Amino acid sequence: MTALIEIRDLVVQRGGMEALQINALDIPRGETLAVVGPNGAGKSTLLLTLAKLIKPACGQIHFNGNLFSKLNELEYRRKISFVFQDPLLLDMSAEENIALGLKFRGLTKNDIKMRVDQWMKQLGIESLAKRRAGQISGGEAQRISLARAFVLEPELLLLDEPFSALDPPTRASLLDDLSALLTKDHCTAIFVTHNLNEAAKLSQRIAIIIKGKLIQVGPAQQIKTEPVNDEAAAFLKEWTD
Amino acid sequence: MVLNSDIWQIILLSLQVSASATVISLLIGLPVGTWLALGNFRGRSFILSIINTGMALPPVVVGLVVAMTLWRSGPLGDFNLIYTPAAIIIAQTIIAAPVVTGLSAAALQALDPRLRQQLLGLGASNLQMIWMLWREARLPLLAALMAGFGSVISEVGASMMVGGNIQGQTRVLTTAIVLETNKGEFNVALGLGVLLLVITYLINLALTWIQQRSAKR
Repeated sequence: MTALIEIRDLVVQRGGMEALQINALDIPRGETLAVVGPNGAGKSTLLLTLAKLIKPACGQIHFNGNLFSKLNELEYRRKISFVFQDPLLLDMSAEENIALGLKFRGLTKNDIKMRVDQWMKQLGIESLAKRRAGQISGGEAQRISLARAFVLEPELLLLDEPFSALDPPTRASLLDDLSALLTKDHCTAIFVTHNLNEAAKLSQRIAIIIKGKLIQVGPAQQIKTEPVNDEAAAFLKEWTD
Repeated sequence: MVLNSDIWQIILLSLQVSASATVISLLIGLPVGTWLALGNFRGRSFILSIINTGMALPPVVVGLVVAMTLWRSGPLGDFNLIYTPAAIIIAQTIIAAPVVTGLSAAALQALDPRLRQQLLGLGASNLQMIWMLWREARLPLLAALMAGFGSVISEVGASMMVGGNIQGQTRVLTTAIVLETNKGEFNVALGLGVLLLVITYLINLALTWIQQRSAKR
């Protein structure tokens, strides 16, 4: 597999402090990488950087072999999709929310309708189509948020703890849906989570970030059994307890 | 003496002048308010504090400054604008623009800051992102417009000083009320006052209807 993303010697600063440092990380095309770590470790900073919403202080990122800093910001952002912890729906109907990104890209009305209908059906939310954002529950809203991201058929999907605010049954159901979609579409995804089981279920590899530094990357089993240092071991112990 | 046809002309001029000033204030205030709300630059808080102070600008001070500027010997005297409806529009715009700007900035700052990132993350261009934020904040933005209109339709000091209250040319409802009161024609002044209130009420009723319809959608 060729790498969709190659990160080298990356440093990202936020508020004058070093928020993230990654010496080397490759994300092959079609892989789902789970990113774990304590609160404030720099996980979201990684996603925001890869969404071109934060500029790195130094280092290099290659996307599809092209130097990240040379890519046109808007063109690049139209190849990716971002799902936040909160669904952040706009004050409009569910189907209008799902259609937003397609409208931004200037697709025709027919194309938009066809793709929105297809993804609402896939995520079982057809009945919500005309419902406005304010009349939708948390689980339904996050399902709409996922449909809004998948309908764009992105090359890279960035998911920032999308299920953390949901109750366990809704979370489990959405996790199943997301797992099926990622497997079926072979979409490259980076999934930030606090839940080891979610990370193991969705991803091929797990990356541990602690205090802004990438500590370890590997398959779930290896991460669990062979932590690279005491810091990773302590985090995993706390995490699994 | 105020006659029926004069009253209609005064009403029409009042509406034309105040509506023009409100629209110009919106054209200035919405982009500037957006820039202040979304921008991240040094001096932003200082500019916002100046704009917020401008929301309480005394109309007579605005009238004085505009009169000095448009006066025949003033820097813009060659344009011969003093004692014309255009002069009143300029003065009223200076009064309404800070109101629209300040309230627009506050309306956009009240939105979830992550919404901006979410829109960009969905592939919105900067203009598309701003348009969607305006759409999300449409209710408080409409309130900003109503406040801007309210601040100028009811002011008298600036209109009097730069318009001159010339019958058939620059007399608006508020200046006509002052004139009639000075003449001791209290009944006429009171009638004009009621008219001003009714007109203001009807315009705000229409804007409130649009605002609430939008809220229920």
